[in-house]
Amino acid sequence: MKQKSVAVVGAAETTKMGKIPDQSVIGLHADAALNALADCGLKPSDIDGVATAGISPVELAHYLGIKPTYADGTSVGGCSFMLHVRHAAAAINEGLANTILITHGESGRSRVGTGGFGRSAASLAGQFEMPYGPMGPPTMFTVPVLRYLKTYGLSAEDLAWVSVIQREWAAFNPRASFRDPLTVDDVLNADMIAWPFTKLMCCLVTDGGGALVLTSAERAKDFPQKPVYVLGTGESVETPMVSQMYDFTSSTAFRVSGKKAFDEAGIKHSDVDHLMIYDAFAHLPLYGLEDLGFCKPGEAAAFIRERNTAPAKDGKPAGKLPLNTNGGGLSYMHSGMYGMYALQESVRQLRGIAPAQVPDAKISIAHGVGGMFAASGTIIFSNEAP
Amino acid sequence: MPPRMLPEPTPETRDFWSGCKEGELRLQRCTECDGGSYFPPRPFCPRCGSRKVESYKASGKGVLWSYVINMRPRPDMGTEPYAIAVVKLEEGPTMMTNITGCPQTPEALQLDMPVEVAFAKQNDDISLPLFQPAGA
Repeated sequence: MKQKSVAVVGAAETTKMGKIPDQSVIGLHADAALNALADCGLKPSDIDGVATAGISPVELAHYLGIKPTYADGTSVGGCSFMLHVRHAAAAINEGLANTILITHGESGRSRVGTGGFGRSAASLAGQFEMPYGPMGPPTMFTVPVLRYLKTYGLSAEDLAWVSVIQREWAAFNPRASFRDPLTVDDVLNADMIAWPFTKLMCCLVTDGGGALVLTSAERAKDFPQKPVYVLGTGESVETPMVSQMYDFTSSTAFRVSGKKAFDEAGIKHSDVDHLMIYDAFAHLPLYGLEDLGFCKPGEAAAFIRERNTAPAKDGKPAGKLPLNTNGGGLSYMHSGMYGMYALQESVRQLRGIAPAQVPDAKISIAHGVGGMFAASGTIIFSNEAP
Repeated sequence: MPPRMLPEPTPETRDFWSGCKEGELRLQRCTECDGGSYFPPRPFCPRCGSRKVESYKASGKGVLWSYVINMRPRPDMGTEPYAIAVVKLEEGPTMMTNITGCPQTPEALQLDMPVEVAFAKQNDDISLPLFQPAGA
């Protein structure tokens, strides 16, 4: 139950979001970090632990003038920040550090100060996947989906519904990249990227960043913002190659990570008020809902289509499980490693300040994926002291 | 067109690529446990950890397990859309590949259709294990 004694006391995104050609990657990290520090009334010198992915924690610490007693450079893709939260909770409980800063910044669109994204021809992926022509996530993350659709008698229309309903949430969010309503036909008729995926089933490519500050729950009460407590955490890794997933219809890493987090938190699915599932592509919420245990295998598409995850609309009430309420990677923003933004939205919901606020939200889950079904991290938050 | 991105064999995978060059698809299996065949190659059994494993000539047969059709071809792959496919081999493992000898369309590429290996020589060292509809 150690994890229960840690809280998020500072949380913020970069000042700007979307297209930011005047800031480099490290600049976005720093902007988000300074905003998060201002949010909790701290200075860089108050921080004694750092964690980040994409850049090294060494770069981050030195850039901000922090001399930490704890550094975590876990880098397993877009869910790295969920793992950083988990490791920070353990580190604070173990006394490795008192106040830990976790940052993300990525110039995904403008590519300012950004490194390459190559894979060695001698790596396993370089030998056993790259020769067959994949070109980035849209042609790799999507590879298992036809098997999933066939197994459960579903179609591309079921993927389109995910994009349509998340756009409904984005409409509430002034910082979202895309806010205009979509129809299923709009999604199905958009440019084909990697059949059966159209452009509107793929995430955005934007610039941005975010940062979190964590400390012990005991100290958290003395900070200006309402503490958001870490109730349960999970992580796992699966495969560096999507073609080697254990099961094309389910993410083993999601299952392992989700179960661990639920077990630690000691909550039931019906206790969850708000859910974030990292949506780099439209199939991820389907896998996430099923692998986290909110839906039985094959039932997530109907769950979404029947508006269980949607906002109120045309006299129909909001669904019982609001999902990706910032608009998600499909409509809000996606810099490359989106997990930080899922965490930020969970924190906003539990502070009660989200643009599309879920009334009385007490428990929120931020579930992330890393790589192409390579890794996973799950954080269960509560705004009530455990 | 830039040259096609090709694998660079390592000591642990050399036998697999040598097999492809010689026209046989090789898999590995454990001689100590019932873990079955595995891929990609490694010098130990991923089920039990034993180093007592053997390479053998696989059937080269499987079924089309899943795929996407890349509508924006990578420059080294030409200018036409192509399927990035995964086949499930008769022996169990899955493997990424391309499907040759048939149109790159959803109509022609039906999941679970039988496929068989068709090696595509790239240079003196590397032949890629592509797959074609069985009996084509």
